[in-house]
Amino acid sequence: MISQDVSQVEYVEKKPIGRIKGYSLEQRLQLWGWAFISPWIIGFLLFILFPMLASFVISFTDFNLMHPDDVKFVGLKNYIALGSDPMLITATIATLKFALLALPVAIMLPIFLAGLLNASLLKGKRLFLTLFYMPYIVPVVSVVFIWQAYLNQEAGWFNRLLGLIGIQGPNWINSVDFIYPAMVMIGLWGLGNALLITFAAMRGVPTELFEAARVDGASALTIFFKIIIPMISPVIFYNLILSVIGVFRYFEIPYILGRGQGQPGNATYFYSIHLYKNAFTYQEMGYGSTLAWVLFVISLLVTVALFLTSRYWVYNSTGDNQI
Amino acid sequence: MTSQIIEHSAMPSYVLARNLRGFIASSLFTMFVFMVLTAYLLPFLYMSLTAIKTADQISTGDILPLSPVTFTYEGKELPLYKVPDTDGTMQERALLTGRRNDSVFIDPLHPETPINWEGRWRNLEPVKRIDVHLENFKAASDGINFPRLLTNTIMIAVSGMIGTLISCSLVAYGFSRFPIPGKSILFLILVSTIILPPIVTLIPTYIVFSKIGWTGTWLPLIVPHFFANAYNVFLLRQFFMTIPKDLDEAAMIDGANPFQIFLQIIIPQSLPALVVVSLGHIVFAWNDFFNPFIYLLGEEDKWPISIGIQQYNYIFGTQPNMVQAISLLGLTLPVILFFLAQRVFLQGVVITGVEK
Repeated sequence: MISQDVSQVEYVEKKPIGRIKGYSLEQRLQLWGWAFISPWIIGFLLFILFPMLASFVISFTDFNLMHPDDVKFVGLKNYIALGSDPMLITATIATLKFALLALPVAIMLPIFLAGLLNASLLKGKRLFLTLFYMPYIVPVVSVVFIWQAYLNQEAGWFNRLLGLIGIQGPNWINSVDFIYPAMVMIGLWGLGNALLITFAAMRGVPTELFEAARVDGASALTIFFKIIIPMISPVIFYNLILSVIGVFRYFEIPYILGRGQGQPGNATYFYSIHLYKNAFTYQEMGYGSTLAWVLFVISLLVTVALFLTSRYWVYNSTGDNQI
Repeated sequence: MTSQIIEHSAMPSYVLARNLRGFIASSLFTMFVFMVLTAYLLPFLYMSLTAIKTADQISTGDILPLSPVTFTYEGKELPLYKVPDTDGTMQERALLTGRRNDSVFIDPLHPETPINWEGRWRNLEPVKRIDVHLENFKAASDGINFPRLLTNTIMIAVSGMIGTLISCSLVAYGFSRFPIPGKSILFLILVSTIILPPIVTLIPTYIVFSKIGWTGTWLPLIVPHFFANAYNVFLLRQFFMTIPKDLDEAAMIDGANPFQIFLQIIIPQSLPALVVVSLGHIVFAWNDFFNPFIYLLGEEDKWPISIGIQQYNYIFGTQPNMVQAISLLGLTLPVILFFLAQRVFLQGVVITGVEK
């Protein structure tokens, strides 16, 4: 569209320049365009496409960094080995347990908090938003050490607070069961961005919609669930996708908490840690690449599945799915 | 009080009652949200208070950093206790000799007359004052070699920021203004790279970096940022699309080439978005743990702050005050940056228009 406008103007005033190199203006603009996006094209080839293809190839070899010059193709051996890897089962179970606990919180809490911040009763919205967002900026390493001490069984404030209401808090960090809710709590400080975009989406819901509903006698809760939630469903969907991806790449928090050993028990031995151990501690790049490709295929399938379901519940302002 | 206001106001009383009810409801609701916020941020307070305590102060279980107060009497440091006086009031007195059922106390205001008190002094509450130990931060900073970690982090963050600014603004300009064939598919590919778990591409990338001798250097943490990333290209493209095209077109008629238009028209109008990208990258680089962990683990001299905190906190694990002081050192700069520029951080979303 731009180019059309420009070429019309150009046609009148700059015709000779447009022809100097034997290219039309459209072609020259195309070349400029390719030049401008070339950093990304090169980066995509170098840091995404090539590594993905390479890791696919490596997954069929016995590549080990200890002896990098002695690489053999081993066919499907690495893929067959997946079936007899007991730690893979441990890691998958740990990852699934965490996902089941963390995903509902990651989806619902930002909606709840954004709903509080959006309520017309609340004074000082901007200050509240800023303070709720702030922990998102804190380095994950600091977050883990702060919460680890905060959740300490004896000295930590969390159990002391529970004690005030007569509950004896568990040993969050060193229990193979309670470490999962502990990790969900640690993850609370990562909600800032989801909260911010959910809040922004709620502010963007046209006010005529609630006014009409209010005239019809709808209560605040009805308005929230029947109007606001459907209207912000694209953002809920976006948060869902990012949270699911977050589970697939979940590494730092369990690694720092479990000292890379999966402590306590193997409760923090997540899929990504299993991959890291095989590839970098044991230097088994072949098997590591197999794990990486399996992760890639699973995350692709899950994302595609989520996108397919989205047409049934995500509001689309163009009205395509309204029938 | 309300009746007075009603007398003096021209408003009908039911309007006022409604306003008052609204005010009370609003205050109660705000109070409730404030309590939720306090619960959310309580670990911060815990960290800050633990970081300024000594090991002894932590072991007493007091919330605040308190220390027992002493009174110097004839060269001896005597502990102060809250002692009930004959008239029933509590007096701060120094314990001179404590026996099982009666003890001798000294009134610090009248040290010349020791007072005999009957009762168990062990049941008395010691007098404590706030006693803050800011020297913990000095010890933490020395312990982790904070100046070196800070220099390393800033070098990595600023180099990467320059790369991100240059590459992402060029690519975003390309996507926002030029008739590239297959542009929408390319843009879709760009955006979909966001959902690729980085660990999937890690192994071959690591092998290549190790072949060309880049592992153990900062290069793997800096060079990839010169090749644009999906988040920032998306953000900048959205921003560039809001800049009216009339100016580009006018400049083009004057014979400016697209690169001159980019430098002289697009960039000067995009400073807010470029600030968002810069600050975002600084915070990303400061907080990034995974990449330095993969590429720099054995190289203590080159560690950024995130690795430094993790490694030293494992060493200081038995000293909760040091662990918290180190964690606090690690988060100070990003949090200060956030409060100084909170508008910018919260604006990023508005620019990308995710809500639309």
